[in-house]
Amino acid sequence: MTTLTAQTTQVYNVFIRATPEQIWDAITRSEFTQQYFYGARIDVRDGRRFSAIGDIEWDEEVLEADPPRKLVHQWMAGYDPDLAAEDASRVTWEIEPQDGGITKLTVVHDQLEGAPKTAESVAGGWMYILSGLKTLLETGKPLAG
Amino acid sequence: MDDDQVFKALADPTRRHLLDRLFERDGRTLTELESELEMSRFGVMKHLRVLEDAGLVVTRREGREKLHFLNPVPIRLIHDRWIDKYTEHRVAALADLKHELEESA
Repeated sequence: MTTLTAQTTQVYNVFIRATPEQIWDAITRSEFTQQYFYGARIDVRDGRRFSAIGDIEWDEEVLEADPPRKLVHQWMAGYDPDLAAEDASRVTWEIEPQDGGITKLTVVHDQLEGAPKTAESVAGGWMYILSGLKTLLETGKPLAG
Repeated sequence: MDDDQVFKALADPTRRHLLDRLFERDGRTLTELESELEMSRFGVMKHLRVLEDAGLVVTRREGREKLHFLNPVPIRLIHDRWIDKYTEHRVAALADLKHELEESA
């Protein structure tokens, strides 16, 4: 297997049996994020995205918020000093309702040119997070383990 | 998006090869992908379509270009749904064994 070279644009999507509003709440409120986002307590308010894992706290600028359809914010890997030293990148959440009570959630993590270590580190993370988010919204329970 | 589509999409060597190409470098155009395969443009398009329908490839427009991105989330979902399930059983079996051994001791 070849190693993954850091991609400067990464795109992920997942179909979730939930409403756009439920997904919006799940990505902007800590009571939800701590159940699937590596335990991070994340709250979006007043144009900032506040994160906390244990004692570590940091926040990022919200670039666009159009509830419950679109959220764009800076990404700074405050959980790891090595990664946090890199340039800020950008994360876009697109929430699109489909037929039959299904909602399509797309995450685009881009502008990673100045953050190669972050790019490599988040690649596996987004999969885990989106899988966990889907499980939480569809079953009401976080992923086991 | 169901598991059947994902398994079917993965059951073809050309499609796995396409995913490997995207794994190495993401965000490619049809022309770039086509240049690495001994296959007609139409053939590559057909395979990409199956991968897209299964959610394994996501396309984004950038200017005049349509870029293809590997979306590993469906594979992760299968992992979480199946592999974790089996691991859980193994853990449960060991827990039962411990319980039985301790009961009989």
